[in-house]
Amino acid sequence: MIRLDGVGQVFDGREGQVTALEEIDLHVRPGEFVTLIGRSGCGKSTLLRLIAGLLPPTYGEVRVADEPVTRPRRDVSFMFQRPALLPWRSVLSNVMLPVEIEGDKGRAAYRDRAHELLELVGLKGFEGRLPHELSGGMQQRVSLCRSLIRDPQVMLMDEPFSALDALTRTELSGELQRIKMELSTTIVFVTHSIEEAVVLADRVVVLTPRPGRVREVVDIDIPRPRSLGRNAHLTEVAEISGLLHGLLAEKEARPVDEVRP
Amino acid sequence: MTDTKRSWLTTSPVAAVLLPVVGLIGAIALWWLATVVFGIDSYLLPGPQDVVSTFLDQPAYLLKETGTSMIETVEGFLLAIVLGVPIAVLIVRSVILERLVYPLLLMVNAIPKIAIAPLLVVWMGFGQWPKVVMVLLVCFFPIVISTAQGMKSTPVELVELLRSLNASRIQEFFKLRLRYAMPQIFTGLKVAISLAVIGSVIAEFVGATQGLGYVIQQSGASADTSLAFAAITLLSIMSIVLFYGLVLLEHLLLPWAQETR
Ligand SMILES: Nc1ncnc2c1ncn2[C@@H]1O[C@H](COP(=O)(O)OP(=O)(O)O)[C@@H](O)[C@H]1O
Ligand SMILES: [Mg+2]
Repeated sequence: MIRLDGVGQVFDGREGQVTALEEIDLHVRPGEFVTLIGRSGCGKSTLLRLIAGLLPPTYGEVRVADEPVTRPRRDVSFMFQRPALLPWRSVLSNVMLPVEIEGDKGRAAYRDRAHELLELVGLKGFEGRLPHELSGGMQQRVSLCRSLIRDPQVMLMDEPFSALDALTRTELSGELQRIKMELSTTIVFVTHSIEEAVVLADRVVVLTPRPGRVREVVDIDIPRPRSLGRNAHLTEVAEISGLLHGLLAEKEARPVDEVRP
Repeated sequence: MTDTKRSWLTTSPVAAVLLPVVGLIGAIALWWLATVVFGIDSYLLPGPQDVVSTFLDQPAYLLKETGTSMIETVEGFLLAIVLGVPIAVLIVRSVILERLVYPLLLMVNAIPKIAIAPLLVVWMGFGQWPKVVMVLLVCFFPIVISTAQGMKSTPVELVELLRSLNASRIQEFFKLRLRYAMPQIFTGLKVAISLAVIGSVIAEFVGATQGLGYVIQQSGASADTSLAFAAITLLSIMSIVLFYGLVLLEHLLLPWAQETR
């Protein structure tokens, strides 16, 4: 579904060039749930933006559904750390934004779909509210509905739950898994929580600190549904978490990181 | 006891309307008392009753002059919006243009407007145009500045969101940037409308055959202080009406803005 071949990204920073990503080869299969972990600044967001077509790679090739990515695709949705809702739009009209931007075709059908999605995440009755009237968790649910409205083949999620409290986070990751099972969307999910990465993923991709490279890809074979909170497979999760922790920490000793606080 | 009284005076909406009225009536009463107690001649300081009776002597005339000033003010103000907002947009979009035009704007704004008033009469005669242009000149700057600032304040994640949805530049402008700038634009408009009234009066002082500024000037020549006071009162009422008209419009158009700020 997603294929990156020899992808690298170099930014022109103020103090010369910054290599954010180097020699990334990654293949995400259709319907797969991949989580991406790595230290902050290692290029996770950059990687997502490359796949989203928001940024052309400095070198290498990014393909989605066997087509080179040159600009944002309509079947790929992006979800941010912050809800990024337009404050003057009602909940419903925020969810409908992607449809509206695309043009008018099939508005009515999408409207029904929007109601369906909002009900699915427990926001029935809130359609007419403005974003500031909702809690952070509810706002992020709206954002989730918005990224689902056009039935995306691929969902790119950049630490979408990291600004939420633990309980809301657990709820949302449960909802996301349910939706995922129902729609068989391909998901690339960035997080800095190792446990979240393990609970959600079919595969966890570990990036090295700058420049970001693929350090390790870990398969997670724990049966679903899994939960962040109470868990039938606590030992497996703990075991893999420990392994990932080791992988992330091992790079800490390298002098490159000592420069950064 | 005092506690409950105070809380009623600060919290009740009735008190919120009543208190300013009480303050106003008190001030007028003091004014009246001063003229009576100190026996001030009415050509120096007319009492409130003199002002009212002057108005009642010729209400049609005074209201017509008020209308004239009002129309000049509103026309100049609208013209400033029509010219100022697009210029602000251009400045935000192009650094070159900003460098080219901005110092010029600053310079024009630095000129004391009253110094140009006689020139405007020379160029445009005694009709309404020099007044409209004067209003335009005083309003222009705050409108450009606030619009430009508003446009620059669009959060990056919202811009990124629209990009990820493949929005066109025009959609990005109308659906995001302009909407986002509206609260700040209104801040500029509220500053501008107060200046606008001053602008029209200045222009009427210098060369006019009608308008409240003209009435005040004529009353000075004939030492008709009551008439001057009546005109000044009408001016301030006009200014307040225009200002609160904008506040009302803002409430109607931007219900989301009061809460988010
Ligand atoms: N537009 C940009 N210009 C210059 N440097 C950038 C830009 N975007 C990201 N970077 C740099 O690239 C590196 C990776 O950034 P990012 O992908 O945001 O990391 P992460 O999401 O893993 O925290 C960082 O060092 C960051 O400073
Ligand atoms: Mg990031």
